Amino acid sequence: MKFWKPGLLCAAVMLAMPVAAQEVLTIGVRSEASSLDPHWTQLSADVQVQEHIFEKLVALDSASQPIPGLAASWQPLDDTTWEFKLREGVQWHDGEAFNADDVIFTFDRLRGGISGAPASPAFQLEKGSKQWTKVDDYTIHITTDGPYPTVAEDLAMLPIVAEHAARGVTESVDFNSGQAAIGTGPFLFEEYSPGNRVTVKKNPNWWGGEVEWDQVVFRPITQDASRLAALLNGDVDMIDYPPTIDLPQLQEDPDFTVSTISSDRLIYLMPGYKHVERFITDNDGNVMVPNPMRDWRVRKALSLAVNREAIRDRVMGGASLPAKNIVPPGFFGYVEGLEADPYDPEQAQALLNEAGYGDGFRITLHGPNDRYINDARILEAVAQMWSRVGITTEVDAMPRNIFFSRLIRGDELSMPGFDVPEFSMSMTGWGTVAGEATYTVSGTLETYNAATGGGNGNFGRYSNPEIDARSVLAKRTIDPETRLAILQEAITIGMEDYAYIPIHFQVNNWAMKAGLEHQPRTNERTLATEVSRVD
Amino acid sequence: MAEFIIKRVLQALLVLLVMTVLVFFGVNVIGNPVYIFASSECDQACLTKIIADLGLDRPVWEQYLVFLGNLLQGDLGNSFTHGIPALSLIFERLPATLELAFAALVLALVIGLPLGMRAGLKPEAFSSRCIMAFSMIGFSLPVFWIGLIMILVFSVQLGWMPSIGRGDTVEVFGTEFSFLTLNGLHHLAMPAFTLSLIMMAMVIRLTRAGMREVLFADYIKFARANGIRERRILSAHVMKNILIPIVTVLGMEFGGVIAFAVVVESIFSWPGVGKMLIDAIGVLDRPLIVAYLIFVVFMFVILNLLVDILYSILDPRVRLGDSPT
Repeated sequence: MKFWKPGLLCAAVMLAMPVAAQEVLTIGVRSEASSLDPHWTQLSADVQVQEHIFEKLVALDSASQPIPGLAASWQPLDDTTWEFKLREGVQWHDGEAFNADDVIFTFDRLRGGISGAPASPAFQLEKGSKQWTKVDDYTIHITTDGPYPTVAEDLAMLPIVAEHAARGVTESVDFNSGQAAIGTGPFLFEEYSPGNRVTVKKNPNWWGGEVEWDQVVFRPITQDASRLAALLNGDVDMIDYPPTIDLPQLQEDPDFTVSTISSDRLIYLMPGYKHVERFITDNDGNVMVPNPMRDWRVRKALSLAVNREAIRDRVMGGASLPAKNIVPPGFFGYVEGLEADPYDPEQAQALLNEAGYGDGFRITLHGPNDRYINDARILEAVAQMWSRVGITTEVDAMPRNIFFSRLIRGDELSMPGFDVPEFSMSMTGWGTVAGEATYTVSGTLETYNAATGGGNGNFGRYSNPEIDARSVLAKRTIDPETRLAILQEAITIGMEDYAYIPIHFQVNNWAMKAGLEHQPRTNERTLATEVSRVD
Repeated sequence: MAEFIIKRVLQALLVLLVMTVLVFFGVNVIGNPVYIFASSECDQACLTKIIADLGLDRPVWEQYLVFLGNLLQGDLGNSFTHGIPALSLIFERLPATLELAFAALVLALVIGLPLGMRAGLKPEAFSSRCIMAFSMIGFSLPVFWIGLIMILVFSVQLGWMPSIGRGDTVEVFGTEFSFLTLNGLHHLAMPAFTLSLIMMAMVIRLTRAGMREVLFADYIKFARANGIRERRILSAHVMKNILIPIVTVLGMEFGGVIAFAVVVESIFSWPGVGKMLIDAIGVLDRPLIVAYLIFVVFMFVILNLLVDILYSILDPRVRLGDSPT
């Protein structure tokens, strides 16, 4: 019998071979990709699928730090000129060679925006008034109107399309059909069936090395419970955003693996700083002058009254990272000493007394109920915690399609080109997609300025000249060390002043069949190249 | 008949016009889609530019007139999200929904009619009571819950059924259908059954009530007295008479099933129009929402008309042209 064994083994190997040759990864995703035109929107759901097909000059590692992509290297030549050396020998999916003309074409395509696109990344080129010139086939110069440090980070948001495939095509439509979906990435376009699936297949000639999966299928499964069921019964191999309530069971189940990483998305409460706020009243329902939120002691009290550990453990199923920093650990701009405020209702009460609000007041807390992980439940938890220190808090949670319009320009004083936010206290999230804090500081802490774009995410209209000076300076400082110091100062000033009240960084989870390994990334995207088989 | 149809068409046009006003101004009140799509780094200038590009900076009435002008040329606008004409998106997704709705309708009739007749013939029997209890459950349990329980039992626990999506499709007359493949039927079974439950319950109840009424009518007694076989009485005389209310109700209900199979489609990730509508509302894809709702109104009007015509065929007493409407 003994000498039969090698033969059997041989047969088994031969039988197994065709199976091994077709490695398919099916991913159940919460949101569907709405377009395969990489300049159409910047929704995470779209970008994560597009990133399998298209690449950028600058790629981001799993901690969102810039690494060489289609550009092999880059450096500033002087204060206003950056030189990008392109990778040589890269081929488009149809075999044509990639060179500087494609990059110039891509940037020209984006100049002035993509017609009809709800959110093209064109503004990344407008920041710093970038100009681009081809020096030779593999060298590009980017010039800016003044010293501008984050050219590489901006270019990490701009997927490069093929000139020969994308010139003159209809936006979005011809990409979805596959005609213009010619990229340089690890996967080739195979099928885009709206509402049903997006399929990509292995690019055998990828410059980045051997690709493990022959085919990757993205299936949109909006309902949390259905997505989980699809994983449990094997319809899909992996899902994003498993319901947090089911996490403990999934983690214990030997048939499944959960991957976890804290994301770049900070969830925070933004107080309104107008002289009078419509949704802040005294206990009799009269508006308060001055608005108590303008007293930093009140803001600190509100922060101390929030029990972030309880939110993490009871609301988030353990999936959150309580914070006072505005960017997560490992990001450029993270401040080592800023620890999340402890839960201290006594001190909160004392601060309120000191500020003259010992009897409390009333406030309405607004927020979305379908945008962030467990958002409505966080709102309710915070409202209870605040009510406990005497600030009667009412929650008004609404779908994001209503919330964001009201948040950004819901007040009737808004004019075309000038937004006036509506809410007096709102919960929002800010994702530091670029992996560094310059635009997080500028966006959330700088004074709102419709002309310069400063404070575009500052919906409380917080204003602090000390931060403004530093934020503007940081945007003009090329030297990383100096810039880091300036940013950390600005963040420390803002957070010690309680410009807004951070709650936590979302922690993202993925659940997959046992035998798969996933290297998660902070920017919430699911990339097949980061999933591998370990059995 | 011709006069009746012309009248109905004119009415329909008026309804459509009123509907466009309601829907258009309604979605405009909700919010601005640009704020949902915009990256957090998109500043005021960037927002203003996109809003202008999409024509959202113009007064609502002006936007409406532009929309109406395009509508008259058969153009319902491009979806913000996909950049594709809204109408083509709807038609791309419609076959999946139609397939699901028809499968549900067939299930409701094939299962509901015999059960209802049984319950009507022997109302006191234990089996009839079970049937009526089942119809109660079909009515009262939320579809959402039933769908999830079915997935949990048949997909996760027993592993018999796929939990989500549409199966393999075959192209017939340029349209993809999945009920022609085994894999497709396998995927279709659970969502179709879930969607059919309410219709099925309704068919059972209507059939039973009709049976109870018709069985004691004079013409059935006379038929029996004439010695016509029971089978023939049931299939010809009784059936024809109880079908009228069933056709009316199902006609209306079927429109609703097509238009708003939203819940079932989202639970089973069925790539149909209902799921598309929900996604469109989520991101305020105005042209798509408006186009879809107008399409639905159009469909209801047509269905109404068809029901009326079917009525006159089933019941010769109804003379549509003569009745003063």
